Amino acid sequence: MKKILLAHGGGGQEMNELINGLIFRIFDNEILAQGNDSAILNLSGKIAFSTDSFVVSPTKFPGGDIGKIAVCGTINDLAMVGAKPRYISCALIIEEGLGIDELKEILNSMKSTADEAGASIVCGDTKVVSKGSCDKIFINTSGIGEIIKESRVENLKSGAKILLSGDVGRHGAVILANRNELNLDLQSDCKPLNNVVEALLNASIAPLAMRDATRGGLSAVLNEWAKACGRDIKISEESIAVSDEVMGICEILGFEPYELANEGTFVLAIDPKDEIKALEILREFDSSANTIGEILDSNKGNVIIQNSYGASRFMEPPKGELLPRIC
Amino acid sequence: MDLINSFRDKDKILALSQIIKQRSKKPLNIMEICGGHTHSIMKFGLPQLVGENINFIHGPGCPVCIMPRSRIDEAIAIASIDGVIFCTLADMLRVPGSKGSLAMLRADGADIRALYSPLDTITIAKENPDKKVVFFAIGFETTTPMSAVVVKQAVELNLQNLFIHMNHVTVPAPVRAIMSDKDVKIDAFLGPSHVSVITGSKIYEELANEFKTPIAVSGFEPLDLMDSILNLVNQHENGTHKVYNEYARVVSKDGNLKAKELIDRYFQPCDFEWRGLGVIKDSGLRLRDEFSYLDAKKYFNVEVGESKESKACICGEILRGKAKPYDCKVFGKVCNPQNPIGSCMVSGEGACAAYYKYSKRG
Repeated sequence: MKKILLAHGGGGQEMNELINGLIFRIFDNEILAQGNDSAILNLSGKIAFSTDSFVVSPTKFPGGDIGKIAVCGTINDLAMVGAKPRYISCALIIEEGLGIDELKEILNSMKSTADEAGASIVCGDTKVVSKGSCDKIFINTSGIGEIIKESRVENLKSGAKILLSGDVGRHGAVILANRNELNLDLQSDCKPLNNVVEALLNASIAPLAMRDATRGGLSAVLNEWAKACGRDIKISEESIAVSDEVMGICEILGFEPYELANEGTFVLAIDPKDEIKALEILREFDSSANTIGEILDSNKGNVIIQNSYGASRFMEPPKGELLPRIC
Repeated sequence: MDLINSFRDKDKILALSQIIKQRSKKPLNIMEICGGHTHSIMKFGLPQLVGENINFIHGPGCPVCIMPRSRIDEAIAIASIDGVIFCTLADMLRVPGSKGSLAMLRADGADIRALYSPLDTITIAKENPDKKVVFFAIGFETTTPMSAVVVKQAVELNLQNLFIHMNHVTVPAPVRAIMSDKDVKIDAFLGPSHVSVITGSKIYEELANEFKTPIAVSGFEPLDLMDSILNLVNQHENGTHKVYNEYARVVSKDGNLKAKELIDRYFQPCDFEWRGLGVIKDSGLRLRDEFSYLDAKKYFNVEVGESKESKACICGEILRGKAKPYDCKVFGKVCNPQNPIGSCMVSGEGACAAYYKYSKRG
């Protein structure tokens, strides 16, 4: 089996073969093929620019892999400010010994995800590090998108409805289950979100703010928003969709589904007049989308979650490492 | 049967809420021995559902919270030795010792691993024959059988590089210690869930009789807890003091006999110093003499000197049921989950952590 050697990062013939023979062939597009030191792009108007690094372990999991996440992550960051993703960069840090076939699978996954989102991977970088210096592969992606209709956290205001595009906690639960060899019939929610965002914008719905609920989950997003706008946010626990599998793993290990990562679920704040229409569009993409709460007038910056029997508590942002319960 | 949603049924919980409020005439102080119950009570907002006569008091049932600083200091001293792989469970990583935590030591390069299963230590020991693998064994009766299985396998495989740092404790002894304190006013107990799966409900009968205090062994779900609370209210109003096994779907009267045999085969009672409660006779477990060659404390023979608790922290009072987290001056300020001063703020099962997470502003 062919493997990545330190020589593949040495700048010589092996590296040339890896880049031209594999990476360029998979990411194939006109801009990349020009082979310039920088990609020369054609853009007009206001643009969004984002970067993120991906170090997920295991690199492959039900519903995705590190390549798919690396592209989704950046595309979704662009989509969340109302931008149409156009160009993506890809920097690979590969551990010596990674199988070439495994790398190929990751690259193909990146390419097909970028295609799904209508974006191109136009530049990049490859480094190979010695065994033990990284965990198989680390990927950094940056992305540029054209703003269609800007949405910003500053727009958050009292009275706004909070909507959630799908169920929560699936990506985090899948990764936890895979690390612990638990067999779950569960797939990560990992997917590009620009298409659903564009459908909202095309229907003349302008979300006040949007954020994909990645690390820290729903809880982190809502707490950031409550702090940012200085208002309390009230959420109804019953309205948040959580799959039985996610709930099960949370109960076993002692986690909150609202704190687990998502890679294809986002939260949006919307003017109440747009709520019904926005919900209809969200449900075309995911039937579990729902209105989960609203921004209140009160100004302590807390997130309050009310359960079905009327008791309320705070939804605190997650802190520290996710560690399983002891007893 | 849906083991989660069935036990969170809105109509049944609201009905129980109404009955509890109606029947609860006298003030009732209920101590939840187990930290998991404190967590559930706060998470599901049960104090809002049971009426003003009922006061919940957190007990000494979180294995992280009750660990005295001296044992954390020993763990840190052993984990600092070259060639040691130090294995521990979950939150113990973050508990502050006199000079930092295991997590801080790990960041400095020590080989410290947080395990999901104690049995992983066997694999680690087999894969690292040139290293000394130490398992920091903690917890109540719930986790003790797993540590016994680690010892069993280490003996059977004749592993020469695996050692156990024993910190296992038992439930009845601290309950007796708390009830013997004249300043403590507890009218009823919620008996722990997972511990009772191993011990059985019978072990509480002596305590209930001795202190004339009703005990309800309860599950963690809100319906479990509401049903248990109703039973305790009824007993309190009627003046009875029986053991009620609400968690009968997994807790039997005699418990898990196989697990208990395993514990007895490898461990024996010893005195243990509890954080906030002091030394309690026969409240801990140590390796039986024939297996003492596996004892990490003896093998590494580390001396840590005197370990002092923070003066500002009142975890001890909280663990004795004399104070609530809100009563602590540093609660939610200097002491928070990112910077825990006392161990009650560290573990997800600790009282301060549960109060901070769900209702830190009262």
